Amino acid sequence: MKLTLHVWRQKDARDPGGFKTYQLEDVTTHMSFLEMLDVLNQDLITAGEDPVAFDHDCREGVCGACGFVINGVAHGDQKGSTVCQLHMRHFADGDEVTIEPWRAKAFPVLRDLVVDRSAFDRILTAGGFISVRTGSAPEANSIPIPSEAAEHAMDFAECIGCGACVASCPNSAAMLFVGAKIAHLGLLPQGQPERERRALAMVEAMEREAFGSCTNYRACEAVCPKEISISGIARMNKDFRRALLSGSNRASGKRR
Amino acid sequence: MNLTQGLYSSTIGKKILMAVTGIILFGFVVGHMLGNLQLYLGAEQLNAYADKLQSLGPLLWVIRAGLAFCVGVHVVAAVQLWLRNRASRPVRYRLFRPPEVDYAARTMMWSGPIILLFILYHLGHLTVGCLHHDFIRGDVYHNVVTTFRIWWVAGFYMLANLLLAVHLYHGLWSLFQTFGWDHPLFGRARRWIAIGFAVLIGAGNVSLPLAVLAGVVR
Ligand code: HEM
Ligand code: SF4
Ligand code: FES
Repeated sequence: MKLTLHVWRQKDARDPGGFKTYQLEDVTTHMSFLEMLDVLNQDLITAGEDPVAFDHDCREGVCGACGFVINGVAHGDQKGSTVCQLHMRHFADGDEVTIEPWRAKAFPVLRDLVVDRSAFDRILTAGGFISVRTGSAPEANSIPIPSEAAEHAMDFAECIGCGACVASCPNSAAMLFVGAKIAHLGLLPQGQPERERRALAMVEAMEREAFGSCTNYRACEAVCPKEISISGIARMNKDFRRALLSGSNRASGKRR
Repeated sequence: MNLTQGLYSSTIGKKILMAVTGIILFGFVVGHMLGNLQLYLGAEQLNAYADKLQSLGPLLWVIRAGLAFCVGVHVVAAVQLWLRNRASRPVRYRLFRPPEVDYAARTMMWSGPIILLFILYHLGHLTVGCLHHDFIRGDVYHNVVTTFRIWWVAGFYMLANLLLAVHLYHGLWSLFQTFGWDHPLFGRARRWIAIGFAVLIGAGNVSLPLAVLAGVVR
């Protein structure tokens, strides 16, 4: 099939950038979206032009590297899928496809469709450690975890940090990502000792970045490739509120 | 982070402030509506109720100050968050189709300010009386009935109260999220609770100008 692509091209972080239109002739329905871009890039290289830069790694939906906005929807219209898992059979001959990078002040564009997601790394780093014995492997089953809790935590642990939640939020909020991280550890016994300070620290780190606030639009959960629900945001809000009210980060047993 | 910092300098804290003030204002709206529905019981009943409120004296002013404070906190937090959200995406999408986003959520910053304007007009109109064409202090029934015969006054009241219902629909649902009230037992019911209250409040408030306009209450 034939496709008309409108692709965001931007040389570097300082370049204002703009759309360029490309025609692709022989797209097959078996290609993934990224393979379609590989074909485009081969054409561009043959013509002596710069290929379109985009992030990718595993190409099987587990690493979180890929991601851009296709016709206005993060990762494209297919529910619960990353861009690398989206196939061209969902497009029809003659379609026009607009491809844009994640747009958020907190995710500056580095080049073409590649954005800098280090804001997520800084939030994760702020979350800090959990208290587990390192060294030799612990006795199996020494910490009993109800299987429901393990499953529940696993739902949130599935977050691959792709950033689609931020990209599709009208406020560019990072709540679904941070909520997933806080809920994931907060549901496990190993996450309890630092639960309050982790919620405070990760929320503080999130607020230092240029993300917006949550107004419960729910666009994030609709595009999340791992279909993580906003119940993670509710858990984050609760942990944050409890940590603020308990004041245990400032508690002391000494006479003042 | 201490409590004040946490509430004031984080977006989640600001949402907690909005939710707490929002729930207080919601309580007021329910009480206010129940009081006003006494319009259907006739002039004597409504005016006696108004007299009783007036007899609260200084306590009435404490309540008024508290409500005004809540409106202030709610609005300041809303505007600050809105400014932050607008700044969070300096380069816009050429094509942006965020899924799921519903009408009430999208229009909170329209419904809110229109409600605020309405509150100011309403205070000048039926509390102070300076915006009323034939205001008689103490005769609430007369003040309400004569004014709602004017179609555009009744119309503005109905519009503002419909928007209030829309605002409360998203606001009440939002509040569960803000407080982290998402229990498996009632998680799904949250939407219906919000819809139920919004419909009751919308219907109750809109019915008053409508009833006068239709000549049911005269
Ligand atoms: C006067 C101007 C007002 C403005 C500008 C305003 C604006 C807002 C905004 C932006 C939200 C955020 C909701 C969200 O997207 O999650 C909100 C929430 C809310 N509003 Fe208002 N509002 C106003 C008045 C009122 C009034 C008069 C009431 C009650 C009668 C009210 C009740 C609520 C409630 C209950 C919430 C939910 C709080 C939460 O988000 O958790 N608002 N308002
Ligand atoms: S919550 Fe979902 S959309 Fe957001 S970063 Fe994680 S996997 Fe991506
Ligand atoms: S490339 Fe790894 S998730 Fe798409």
